Amino acid sequence: MSIKLEHVNYVYGAGTAYEKQALRDVSLEIPQGQFVGIIGHTGSGKSTLIQHLNGLVKADSGAVYFNRENIYVDGYDMKGLRGQVGLVFQYPEYQLFEEDVLSDVCFGPKNQGLPKEECEKRAREALELVGFPEKYYHQSPFELSGGQKRRAAIAGVLAMKPKVLVLDEPTAGLDPAGRDDILDQVKYLHDQTGMTVVLVSHSMEDVARYVQRIIVMNKGEKMLDGTPKEVFAHYKELEAVGLAAPQVTYVMHDLKARGIRVETMVTTVEEAAAEILRVLKA
Amino acid sequence: MIREITIGQYYPADSFIHRLDPRVKIVCTLLFLISLFVQNSLPGYVVATLFLAFVIRASKVPFKFIVRGLKAIILLLMFTVVMNLFLTKGGAVLVRVWIFQITEAGLRISVFMAVRLIYLIIGSSLMTLTTTPNALTDGIESLLRPLDKLHVPVHEVAMIMSIALRFIPILLEETDKIMKAQIARGADLESGNILQRAKAMVPILVPLFVSAFRRANDLALAMEARCYFGGEGRTKMKPLAYGRRDYMAYFAVMSYVAVAFAAGRFLPFHVWIF
Ligand SMILES: Nc1ncnc2c1ncn2[C@@H]1O[C@H](COP(=O)(O)OP(=O)(O)O)[C@@H](O)[C@H]1O
Ligand SMILES: [Mg+2]
Repeated sequence: MSIKLEHVNYVYGAGTAYEKQALRDVSLEIPQGQFVGIIGHTGSGKSTLIQHLNGLVKADSGAVYFNRENIYVDGYDMKGLRGQVGLVFQYPEYQLFEEDVLSDVCFGPKNQGLPKEECEKRAREALELVGFPEKYYHQSPFELSGGQKRRAAIAGVLAMKPKVLVLDEPTAGLDPAGRDDILDQVKYLHDQTGMTVVLVSHSMEDVARYVQRIIVMNKGEKMLDGTPKEVFAHYKELEAVGLAAPQVTYVMHDLKARGIRVETMVTTVEEAAAEILRVLKA
Repeated sequence: MIREITIGQYYPADSFIHRLDPRVKIVCTLLFLISLFVQNSLPGYVVATLFLAFVIRASKVPFKFIVRGLKAIILLLMFTVVMNLFLTKGGAVLVRVWIFQITEAGLRISVFMAVRLIYLIIGSSLMTLTTTPNALTDGIESLLRPLDKLHVPVHEVAMIMSIALRFIPILLEETDKIMKAQIARGADLESGNILQRAKAMVPILVPLFVSAFRRANDLALAMEARCYFGGEGRTKMKPLAYGRRDYMAYFAVMSYVAVAFAAGRFLPFHVWIF
């Protein structure tokens, strides 16, 4: 169930005064089961990129393959694709519309043509997966707190049982506790279900701790692609485009510059602490 | 997809027309529209065409943006032409099919009507393409100011208009986002009969209304927080002021009106029935 993009270009508003090339020759492959972070500034084309993954936006040139099949051939089952590649938009709470949370989460499976009982079963499973408290299942989605709304919206996509889950800035507008909650939950989901997870963010710090691979977008182009360690090794280049590496990267480089011979390739505070202790003890 | 709709869309450019005072553009557009409707001879329309072509050139707006507005009225245009063509009687009969007949007067009037409508749309699109919605409402507010005396809430009406205009692109964008989000959840907006399609709109309309009310509420709060309480005693950061080029524009349009009127009245120039 890999997803592959080949030389994808996309222009918004072609032929108008507001023409804007959002993607420029982007190629990448995401194998099944990977936890990938896509990072870039606002306007760097992250949202446009992920909308290609489920065919919501059609590339002006280039190709997209899902499971080695070109999704742009005539008669390709787009609806099926959207069930397999679940896309959670930024601020997903603004798409809630049903009278209660449970029915809203049922919307996706219902569109897949599943019987009512199955929809409800899946909705309950999905809500449980995102840690949504059962006592609110029959409450209006408009009365929930911000974090709960977001969980409900993510469950709405999960209920379709996608093979790939794509989240566009799932932590935008949440407080630090809510942010960590959601990210931990996403990590848990990945570990539990083994599904591919694509996490979009504009914050390195957020993503570094969770993902196996980072794709850095800049002005519509893929700038870097690799493990967090590989990507953060380019921290000077990241800085040049206004994306800082995590703060520990700086601490470790500073320590090294002052003659403390630590390994600089660490990405989290815990790793850094262990590394510093190792050097101090030696 | 949905962004491509052009309702009063502004085309950013730096031209003589763009820099005119919005009041000038509104008044001149009105004058131009009136001149079209009092005109019914070939020389008059020739002058109008030349004038329009000149203004289009001066506006630096690509022609294809200007004609885009015509798409919206194509049905109305055809209806008008057909009605006039068959229902106006007068002069020699040109074509007769079964109970329908086309007379000279019918042909003449329907052609003139079509030209008028097309020029009317082009003329008014030219105004909206070269004027930002905010400038436009400023202009309207300023022109309607005298109605204050009759206790018409001119400022409030203008404020409502500018807010509405400001929200059109925002709501279109929002609709686009919500549609995509629901399609991503497998919503099917394209197939099915009318009833099914209407039902399929619910997941789009509910969030759209919720968001529109939320935005309206936020905006009202923000305005109150900045002590907005209507137009009384309110000054403008950039008050409208006529400059030299505005007088030049008035002069040019007046000249056009005079020339077009004179040409229509005194030039005995005819081609066939026109
Ligand atoms: N619907 C749209 N219409 C026109 N331009 C758009 C639209 N969506 C995004 N853009 C433009 O495309 C570029 C990339 O946007 P986006 O993919 O949303 O970036 P990101 O998600 O990284 O912030 C931006 O410059 C943005 O202004
Ligand atoms: Mg985005």
